Amino acid sequence: MAKTTDPRYSPITGRAILYGVLIVIALYYLMPLALMVVTSLRSMDEIRLGQLIEWPDAITFEAWKIAWNEAQIGARDELGLRPYFINSIIMVIPSVAISTLLGALNGYVLSFWKFRGSELFFAALLLGCFLPFQAILLPQSQLLGWLGLTGTIPGLVLTHVVYGVSFTTLFFRNYYVNLPHELIKAAKLDGAGFWMIFFRIILPLSAPILVVTVIWQFTQIWNDFLFGVVFSDPDSQPVTVGLNNLVNSATGEKRYNVDMAGAIIAALPTILVYVLAGKYFVRGLTAGSVKG
Amino acid sequence: MSVSNKKGLDYWLPKLVVSPTVAITVIFFYGFVIWTAVLSFTKSRILPQYEFVGFDQYVRLFLNDRWMGALTNLLVFGVLFIAICMIVGLIMAVLLDQNIRAEGALRTIYLYPMALSFIVTGTVWKWLLNPTVGIERFIRSLGWDSFTFDWIIDPNMAIYTIVIAGVWQASGFVMAIFLAGLRGIDTSIIKAAQLDGASLFSVYTRIIIPSMRPVFFSAFIMLAHIAIKSFDLIIALTGGGPGNSTDVPAIFMYQFSFQRGQLGMGAASAIIMLMTVLAILVPYLYSELRTPKNG
Repeated sequence: MAKTTDPRYSPITGRAILYGVLIVIALYYLMPLALMVVTSLRSMDEIRLGQLIEWPDAITFEAWKIAWNEAQIGARDELGLRPYFINSIIMVIPSVAISTLLGALNGYVLSFWKFRGSELFFAALLLGCFLPFQAILLPQSQLLGWLGLTGTIPGLVLTHVVYGVSFTTLFFRNYYVNLPHELIKAAKLDGAGFWMIFFRIILPLSAPILVVTVIWQFTQIWNDFLFGVVFSDPDSQPVTVGLNNLVNSATGEKRYNVDMAGAIIAALPTILVYVLAGKYFVRGLTAGSVKG
Repeated sequence: MSVSNKKGLDYWLPKLVVSPTVAITVIFFYGFVIWTAVLSFTKSRILPQYEFVGFDQYVRLFLNDRWMGALTNLLVFGVLFIAICMIVGLIMAVLLDQNIRAEGALRTIYLYPMALSFIVTGTVWKWLLNPTVGIERFIRSLGWDSFTFDWIIDPNMAIYTIVIAGVWQASGFVMAIFLAGLRGIDTSIIKAAQLDGASLFSVYTRIIIPSMRPVFFSAFIMLAHIAIKSFDLIIALTGGGPGNSTDVPAIFMYQFSFQRGQLGMGAASAIIMLMTVLAILVPYLYSELRTPKNG
């Protein structure tokens, strides 16, 4: 983190311009989010007469209510994004839990219990990080059909676990190889077995990478659209699909306030995670890129 | 018995524990890719069937104007998306590297779009770019009556709106990678160069940026991967339109496989996508796995 702080290179005006540029860039990134929030709080009358960038005369949560449980999305009985949002929650929790657990166990084995072929297995597994999912969509949909899981949330969970395990394994393995091996060797000599070492030594040391992995998986799975749109029925569709249907299915006048409220609802969980644990989110992103 | 059993257990247990993932790798990754490849050599339409027709589906694919259009769009989008993200990301990283007071807050702001779903990004930008309600109307209301920014409804320009939204979403991510790279550089070299009278600009262009080659490389790989897979963003922003002007291979594959009952052709297009990813990736992985540091 140490950097040069030679005053010769930071004259006052230069610094002012620098900060100015950085703030303008920040405004550019914030603008869409800010406009989303403001627009979602305006009434349709106001939007029709008013401007894109304008403070609401009267703040109303009407659009949020419509987006949440009043809007007719597609042909389903239940109204609003709420059922989709619930689907996403039901889908994301087991998907994240199972794929993270598998990743931790795989990473543990690949770091401390190497066997003949384990390196090859790891290299082969990494393909999953880069596989364009289009190359597996057709067989996966066939398989889900055979298992009777077409258009169900368990089908989506299975899909997310299977195609998430490469990343989770990569995260844990890259973290574990940097732990001191002497620790495990000593434990083995003392007669500690596979599970004992995992639960007593490794798992207590895993908190940081556990957080990174859970956040990464949560964000990926919550934001997924492709699997959602291909493998789910109206009854099991996640919120990304619901939002897309909401925005594109409206007949008659476009209700931009409702669209924006819907977009915020769909984005809220991941934004919240990002705000609360941004550091870990970034670590996941860069770990996935630099090492992947 | 119990002692030898314990030893045996520790021998078999690790293999048993990874066996589900081995099965996943073999079946869901390699098996399914091979299965898709097999489908691409059959005359499957609405349902899979295994009557082989050689490379016919590939011939049909490349004679299909929509597919060729989708490939061209991917090329245009991919090149611009990657190039602009890299440039913008690098500039932001260098600017943030100047002992900025509120660096943490700014970094958080630049990177938050990466936490959003592409569907959310597409929804917002679709509205902002819509000439009748978005930026065009706003600028006109300020008094510039002839201001026009209607790329999203112009078939010749719509693909660039995908670039705008894509860069907005992903450039902060590139910034984060570059910033991590900048922080990893040995500061003593920089100090030495500055003592020798090198300007800050030449320190960056001559020393720092050239030494970040691996970082550029991995940023490129990630962005190329995002570009080739891009599907949700385009579905939400333009739906592939106007006409087919923002069609890309991922949308083509989805529509031909699941909406038009052209499984064979859909499979062929998926295999071409996979080949493209591999063509970019294999040289990278090869060099990565050879460096002992990563082994």
